[in-house]
Amino acid sequence: MKIILFIEDEPNLQKLVGRFLEEEGYRAISALNGEIGLQLTKKMKPDLILLDLITPKKDGFEVLQELKKDEATKDIPVIILTNLEGSADVEKALSLGATTYLVKANYELNEVVKKIKDTLKHSSKPKE
Amino acid sequence: MTKKIFDHLNIANHCRQCDLPLWQCPSFLIVLTGLVTVVAMIGTYFIAIKYTEPEIVALIVIIITGFLTIINYLIIQGFEKLAEANRLKTEFVSIASHQLRTPLTGIKWTINLMMHKQSDQFTKEQLKRLKNIEQSNQRMIDLVNDLLNVSRIEQKRLGLKSKTISLEKTLKEILPEYDVLAKATHTKISLDIKKKLPLIVVDPQGIQLVIHNLIDNAIRYNKPKGQIKIRLSKKPGFVRCEIEDQGVGIPDQDKKNIFQKFFRCRNALKYQTEGTGLGLFIAKAIIDASKGKINFRSQEGQGSTFWFELPINKKQKTKNKKHLF
Ligand SMILES: Nc1ncnc2c1ncn2[C@@H]1O[C@H](COP(=O)(O)OP(=O)(O)OP(=O)(O)O)[C@@H](O)[C@H]1O
Ligand SMILES: [Mg+2]
Repeated sequence: MKIILFIEDEPNLQKLVGRFLEEEGYRAISALNGEIGLQLTKKMKPDLILLDLITPKKDGFEVLQELKKDEATKDIPVIILTNLEGSADVEKALSLGATTYLVKANYELNEVVKKIKDTLKHSSKPKE
Repeated sequence: MTKKIFDHLNIANHCRQCDLPLWQCPSFLIVLTGLVTVVAMIGTYFIAIKYTEPEIVALIVIIITGFLTIINYLIIQGFEKLAEANRLKTEFVSIASHQLRTPLTGIKWTINLMMHKQSDQFTKEQLKRLKNIEQSNQRMIDLVNDLLNVSRIEQKRLGLKSKTISLEKTLKEILPEYDVLAKATHTKISLDIKKKLPLIVVDPQGIQLVIHNLIDNAIRYNKPKGQIKIRLSKKPGFVRCEIEDQGVGIPDQDKKNIFQKFFRCRNALKYQTEGTGLGLFIAKAIIDASKGKINFRSQEGQGSTFWFELPINKKQKTKNKKHLF
C-alpha cells in the first residue's frame, strides 16, 4: 500500500484528506507541523508528500528545502497543497523541487487524488 | 448638471467621504491656499501704498510664504494618508480573502467526501441539498478568487508570464468544459477559425481566465436558446478573438462603464442576479498587461460581441520569460 504524508496544520482538512485517501486505497499519515513532517518522512518513507506552505515550526519552503537536500528523501515527489497563491510562491516552490502546486480551494478531493495518481505513475521510484 | 457641480463644490462633504479632518483634506487645503494668496496679494498691495518702506513689505511676503508652505506640507500629507489608506484597503482584501479560503476548502472537501464516498447513506432529497450547498460554496470560492485577482491588479502584482501559445489550442481545451452548461441552457456554441493562425505571446493562465470570463458572460446574458459564435482571425501584428452572443445586449448609457470594477448593467440584473461585476475588469487588466486590446460592440436587445486582440510572437523560436509586472 502506498503511503501518503500530508503536512498540514488544519486538523479538519487533514482528516478529510486522510479519509478520502484511505477510501482510495492509500495509507494516509499526517503531520501537524513541518518538524513532525520531516521526522515522519525519515521514519515512514512515504511514497508522496502533500505539503502546505503555511505550517507552524518549520514552514513549507523550509521543509521542502530540507527534503530535497537529504539523499534519502530527495526523490520523494512533493505536491504543494496550499491556499497561499502568489506567482512568487509558485515559482519558489517549483524551483525548490516541488512536483506540482495546487491551490486547495480550487481543487476537488478527487482531482487532488488524480494528481497524486499521475505523479506516482511518473515518478521513477528507486526504493521498494 | 448643476447638482453635480454643487456636489463637487461641497468640500466638507467630500472630506467626510474621504474620512479626513478638514486640516488634512487636500481639497479643502487647496481652496484655503488660493484664498490666502488672494487676500495676501490685495493686503500687500494696500500696505505697500500706505507704508512705503520695502522692509515691511518684504517681511509680510516672507510670513505669508511661510504660512503657504505649511499648508502645502499639510496637503501632501493628506494625499499620502489617502494613498496609504488605499494600500491598506487592498492589503486587507488580500489577507481576508486568503483567510477565507481555508474554511471554504473545509466545506468543499467535506461535501466532496460525502458525495463521492458516502453517497449511499443519503436520500435523494439530501443529496440535492448537498449539491445546493456545494454550489453556494463554489460561488463564494469564485468570489474570493475574483477579489484576490482585483487586489493583485491594484497592487500591480499580477505576475503574468510571457509565454508563446496557440490561442486556437487554448480555446479548444476550454470549450468542452462548457458542454454541460450549454446543454442545460440550450445554448449552441460554435467555433470558427479562418485559417492557420500564428502563435501569440500571453500568460497561459491569464488568457484562460479572460476566455472563461467572456464565455461565461455570453452564456449568462444570452437569450434562451441563443447562439454563441466564437471567431478567430488574424490582424496585422495580432490574433483576434470575437465572442458573439444574441443576448440582452448593453444599453448605450452603460457602455462607458462596462469594464469598471463592480459595474453591472441594470438590464442584465433582470435576467441574471448572480454576478459581482468583476469578470470584465479582471479580463481587461490581463489583456492590457499583455499589450493587447479588448473591447465590444453591442445593441440593446440584439446581442453583444466582445473581442480581444493579442500580439503575435515575432520571434517564433526564442522563449522569453520575463515578468510583466
Ligand atoms: N455578453 C454580454 N451581454 C450583455 N451584457 C453583458 C455581457 N457581458 C457583460 N455584460 C454586462 O456587463 C456587466 C459586467 O460584466 P462582468 O463580467 O464584469 O460582471 P458580472 O458578469 O456581472 O459578474 P462576474 O464578476 O461574476 O463576472 C454585467 O453585469 C452585464 O451587465
Ligand atoms: Mg461576468
